[in-house]
Amino acid sequence: MNSSEGKLKSSSSELDLDRPNIEDYLPSGSSIQEPHGKLRLRDLLDISPALTEAAGAIVDDSFTRCFKSNPPELWNWNVYLFPLWCCGVVFRYLILFPMRALVLTIGWIIFLSCFIPVHFLLKGNDNLRKKMERALVELICSFFVASWTGVVKYHGPRPSMRPKQVFVANHTSMIDFIILEQMTAFAVIMQKHPGWVGLLQSTILESVGCIWFNRSEAKDREIVTRKLREHSQGADNNPLLIFPEGTCVNNQYSVMFKKGAFELGCTVCPIAIKYNKIFVDAFWNSRKQSFTMHLLQLMTSWAVVCDVWYLEPQNLRPGETPIEFAERIRDIISVRAGLKKVPWDGYLKYSRPSPKHRERKQQSFAESVLRGLELEEK
Amino acid sequence: MGNTSSMLTQYDIEEVQQHCNNAFSQQEIVSLYERFCQLDQNGGGFVSGEEFLSVPEFAVNPLSQRLLTMLDGLNFKEFVAFLSAFSPRATVQQKIEYGNGKVTFNDMLDVLHDLTGQFISEHQREQVLTKVLEEAGYTKESLLVMSDFVKILGSSGLKMEVEVPVD
Repeated sequence: MNSSEGKLKSSSSELDLDRPNIEDYLPSGSSIQEPHGKLRLRDLLDISPALTEAAGAIVDDSFTRCFKSNPPELWNWNVYLFPLWCCGVVFRYLILFPMRALVLTIGWIIFLSCFIPVHFLLKGNDNLRKKMERALVELICSFFVASWTGVVKYHGPRPSMRPKQVFVANHTSMIDFIILEQMTAFAVIMQKHPGWVGLLQSTILESVGCIWFNRSEAKDREIVTRKLREHSQGADNNPLLIFPEGTCVNNQYSVMFKKGAFELGCTVCPIAIKYNKIFVDAFWNSRKQSFTMHLLQLMTSWAVVCDVWYLEPQNLRPGETPIEFAERIRDIISVRAGLKKVPWDGYLKYSRPSPKHRERKQQSFAESVLRGLELEEK
Repeated sequence: MGNTSSMLTQYDIEEVQQHCNNAFSQQEIVSLYERFCQLDQNGGGFVSGEEFLSVPEFAVNPLSQRLLTMLDGLNFKEFVAFLSAFSPRATVQQKIEYGNGKVTFNDMLDVLHDLTGQFISEHQREQVLTKVLEEAGYTKESLLVMSDFVKILGSSGLKMEVEVPVD
């Protein structure tokens, strides 16, 4: 399967503007030792800081860490626990899983048998139809959550339907959307997927007002921004949910937020989601697993336990740029969900960093070399 | 840690350790193996240049292209040997030896180019390098060997150490 959904596409020049100073986050000290005063041979030959930084990145780097799956600790390592674990496996696969599949099937039957008539018969009565469709979508999401024995604890006041507000959350897997959706029918912005997910997207999710985008289409960004703006202004529209990280991260780190959600002129309501790793690792590693496999994995685990916090809505402060605003919200969410912040753009999963960073380092070193040269000539 | 360490036998670990002159402890080698597997996304047994470049911290480093010529297609043993120069246990001699054989004026010019990019002209680079070489007592034609490096860089301040995270 191709990718997890990114929320807002950005061109490569956007990647730079989107980031506050990376230098603030990277290991301290410039990677190139800048000569002071008189220039000596040593200053030019000593490449050890840059080398060390490169080697450091090879050995461990904060970006890859964000996408590392963290399966729960193995506890079946001795002769007493192993049979117990085997019993657990049998129970999970042969008893729990069929029961859950059954629950899910029943849910779908109920859902479709209500949704299809409502959708077609109530075409005239839009208000009522929308209300019922919303309730039905919340219903089917609850069935999904039940099919993983999802234990979700919601904290904070439930989102209300008001114009000029958007919700942002950290992103671990597509199930984030389902978990939030069972409580409130959000309109989400997602990458268009192929397969059965895409089918659901274009039929059912369309009815709650979801917005699609295609990361690979160039003009897409403007269209999407416009749609977002329109949606957020409308009073009847379902509250808009955005995952500004743009990609799934492993629930221990947070990558940089794309600023698109923060320049709509709306109040931003942060939502923090934290999964309890003891039960299952909910991180969807889209490079390793298709979404179907991911769901099956969840359905054969004991439970999905998570906490959802609806945090205090925030507004753009006077003099604050959208990027600073995004960082502030990222801070709020990361603190609440216990995530470590890293300065990388989630889209680096799919593309190389812009040469601007390297050039900045080169430029500062070059300038100091030239300065040294000038001193010599005096 | 999980199941990656089970793919490395004790014998393998000792062989790798010997190959890198005991620059890393056995635990560090296990961690490095985990890291190697993480970088080697297609499971080919070696890490390609592309896979190294997928680490953004590495890709933004000015010396990345140069290092890639040495890193491309390394298997695990060679990977550890490469990194051994950065171990806290490696002696200063070993670290400098890393800068292999004889270094010419053009070699130094190339590295300087990496570090400064397009922000200095070729001419200025040559000028600067020639000047500092002459001040240090060398000429444009000199070939620098290890002993020269030891003299130039001195034993202080050659900080090339990388810590391997051990779970």
